[in-house]
Amino acid sequence: MFPRLIACLLAAFVSAAAARAEAPDPSRWQAVLAAARGETVYFHAWGGEPRINDYIAWVGREVAARFGVELVHVKVAETGAVVAKVLTEKAAGRTGNGSVDLVWINGENFAAMKENGLLLSEPWADRLPSYRFVDVAGKPTVARDFGVPVDGLEAPWGMARLVFFYDPGEVPAPPRSAEALAAWIEANPGRFTYPQPPDFMGTTFLKQLLVDLAADPAALARPVGSVDFEAVTAPLWAYLDRITPLLWRQGRAYPRDYGGMRQLLADGETAISFAFNPADASSAIANGELPDTVRSFVFDGGTIGNTHFVAIPFDAGASAGAMVVANFLMSPEAQARKEEAAVWGDPTVLAVDRLPPEDRARFAAVERGPATLPPDALGPVLPEPHPSWVAPLEAEWARRYGVGQ
Amino acid sequence: MLRLAPAAIVLLLLGPVAAGLGGVLLPAFGYLPVLGGDSLSVEPFRRLFELPGLAASVLLSLGTGLAATAIAVSAVLLFVGGSFGTRTFRLMQRFVSPLLSVPHAAAAFALAVLIAPAGLPARLLSPWLTGWTHPPDILVVHDRAGIAMVLGLVAKEIPFLLLMTLAALPQTMARERTELMASLGYGRVLGFAHGVVPVLYRQLRLPVFAVLAYATSNVDVALVLGPTTPAPLAVRIVELHADPDLAMRFVLAAGAVLQLGVTGAALLLWLGIERFAALVLAALAPTGWRASRDAAARLAGSALVALPAGAILLGTAGLALWSVAGPWRFPDALPARVTLGVWMRVMPGLSAALGNALAIGVCASALALLLVVAALENEVRNGHPPGFRGLAALYLPLLVPQVAFLFGFDFLLARAGWDGRFAALLMAHLVFVLPYVYLSLSGPWRSLDPRYARVLASLGRGPGTAFRRLRLPMLARPILTAFAVGFAVSVGLYLPTLVVGAGRWPTVTTEAVALAAGGDRRIVGVTALVQALLPFLGFFVALAVPAWLHRNRRGLRVAR
Repeated sequence: MFPRLIACLLAAFVSAAAARAEAPDPSRWQAVLAAARGETVYFHAWGGEPRINDYIAWVGREVAARFGVELVHVKVAETGAVVAKVLTEKAAGRTGNGSVDLVWINGENFAAMKENGLLLSEPWADRLPSYRFVDVAGKPTVARDFGVPVDGLEAPWGMARLVFFYDPGEVPAPPRSAEALAAWIEANPGRFTYPQPPDFMGTTFLKQLLVDLAADPAALARPVGSVDFEAVTAPLWAYLDRITPLLWRQGRAYPRDYGGMRQLLADGETAISFAFNPADASSAIANGELPDTVRSFVFDGGTIGNTHFVAIPFDAGASAGAMVVANFLMSPEAQARKEEAAVWGDPTVLAVDRLPPEDRARFAAVERGPATLPPDALGPVLPEPHPSWVAPLEAEWARRYGVGQ
Repeated sequence: MLRLAPAAIVLLLLGPVAAGLGGVLLPAFGYLPVLGGDSLSVEPFRRLFELPGLAASVLLSLGTGLAATAIAVSAVLLFVGGSFGTRTFRLMQRFVSPLLSVPHAAAAFALAVLIAPAGLPARLLSPWLTGWTHPPDILVVHDRAGIAMVLGLVAKEIPFLLLMTLAALPQTMARERTELMASLGYGRVLGFAHGVVPVLYRQLRLPVFAVLAYATSNVDVALVLGPTTPAPLAVRIVELHADPDLAMRFVLAAGAVLQLGVTGAALLLWLGIERFAALVLAALAPTGWRASRDAAARLAGSALVALPAGAILLGTAGLALWSVAGPWRFPDALPARVTLGVWMRVMPGLSAALGNALAIGVCASALALLLVVAALENEVRNGHPPGFRGLAALYLPLLVPQVAFLFGFDFLLARAGWDGRFAALLMAHLVFVLPYVYLSLSGPWRSLDPRYARVLASLGRGPGTAFRRLRLPMLARPILTAFAVGFAVSVGLYLPTLVVGAGRWPTVTTEAVALAAGGDRRIVGVTALVQALLPFLGFFVALAVPAWLHRNRRGLRVAR
């Protein structure tokens, strides 16, 4: 009895130790593929959009058939909670077999994980086979996430751009700057709102206004501690003080998130909305969620753009499988499918002109939808402020507008 | 073996709650060495109180919780008093189970579909009556005072309190007492208040406390209907949990302790309200006022119970319509097209979640049923029904706010490497399922006439036979109902499944909340219906199986 028990415990210990073994080396890709076969990858990704969930389900079927990797989409409501989960595991002394193998991430969450040593310690993403087509020169945000060097610790997945939506029947001349938007809100009280920060879309809208209104936008690229926060953000609060009483519900309530805001546009409560995906309105039209008359516009001075990524936590139990999934997500085939408006409409991170002809043809055939602006009409990309701006911006917003008067 | 059952139950309930509370108390005072906190301080509380609008959040939780509980309790007592023994009463009895099977979040969405400015009634009446071509810009849902949230809580707690009242009534000699009061010339309502409520309320007290604790600390109803500028305390605690900043762990723990204090304060205030109500009743009695004409009060009681019930059923029907709606512009009364598209898209992803919910729900409620039956059988054979202390242990998980102990419990599980395991999740579910199974089964079990067993014993049969041949078949209906109640509780659990399950065990409820994050009313419609489906099936089985088992036992059928 007892010897057997001890043997059992030993076996458990040895297997736990094996799980702690070094992360696979992506430059020896065949070895990674071999190690990945049979692994189950728990992919923690925001689950609020069925179109994206469907796309991830497709990825799951493909990696199962091609590489023998089982992909489980853990649908999360808030990526910060995943970071907190990994943090809890680290604080609890776990070093392997963590509950998260792959996480959809960018910006301040990436910065927090990188800073706290919650990611795989060795660079891996820029060594994946698919990475050679990534458009590092044309899309600098694939290497600097909100200005923080990526250092190969997360693999670029897609490009986001802030784009506004409106119904030309209701808004004949859409406002193409922050100032014009304020004037439009004054002329049409109650017909505009934004998700309540700290929802990431709400925070993104604040950042867009800040980049537009700040006297010296260059200050936003620096860590917030090194500049005069009050002075730089003063124009933003003056602007919000002006529009808040004229927002939907007089600014006494806000939609919880981007989906809630889109529902308001669909119900005709608001007349202008926005998304972080240029094809979002087209996708929503294709699914009957928005009327087919909805169109897009951007600010003439440009809108905020960034890259979203997938990262592997330090204690992932299936890091080889996670790399195989990340590599597939970056492949021309998966990227082209993702760009279809009916699938998701998320722009690619690849340099399409550098792809082999058959892959270029995939992108040429992509259907971008009636409400999607062509890439050359999207205007300039404005960089995200340094991630350290997010927390003080959200705190100051909550203090001024989040607690009533 | 049987003698161990009560101890096992108490251990299973107290263990996780105590461990979880310990897991937040220490960090709340700055002690958590693995995160660098190695000395006791009140710093976490200082940072907590620096959060903007925290006082407003606390007052909101306290006020809405007390208001919702007071309204729900008065509505149920007024209704039972006014209609006890009438046809309305028997009709309502049948609606209790389906109403209970609608999970909190789904009920909240159902209510939102009715009262929102872009909701169904507004669409039906526009533009011909209201003149609205756009939904009016009125703050109804998410109103700052939390009125919409109070309505949602009331609608959902009335069926629960009604079920508890139905279970308690047989032990109060309610019929005899109401007849006595009527013979003294009292109207139904006041007669019930003087004659039955003092005995009845003693039995309802713990369930009412549980309602109050839930109402002051709920997350799901608050997210759908509650204010956002600022949100109630429990919602803000959950938001802290999603903060990637390490130092916020301490503030989170302090918030959990504060929530414990808020719920405790609400319970104390409630004791005051109880005392005040008793004084009013006592002062009324010697006046000789009999309120013999109380048609208005009776009508009010029926309306107070029927309106929320009707709202949930109607709103659920509205959600069903949304789930198959194509484009549906305001103020169209009906969608332009009807399509199964959303169902086809969402269902494949939900099938695994349905399977998980079924597995966890069946395991947790079966285990709970086994323990509870063992404890009750032990009571029958060896005596000793639990005193107030035993009952308090049962109610502890319902009285301590989930957000106050779950995060601490999860941290301990993560330390042990048990988070995300089925066994850990099962344990977490048992904490919430066991009390409900016990509460719904103990009444019928104890009120079974002991003379049956004596007859059997006089025929030379032992206690085992009495259990197998007598109690199990005769109590088949309440046993299955208890199982269905436990199953419904398990399926509806959100935070425990999310936190302890570590995402490895998505259920319909966690998936519904994740999908609802997208805010699309069509998807909310599908997930709310799917969420309600499993508990509804459970209650259906609990009705159908005994009906079939007892098809030729007239005495065991439900009285018509």
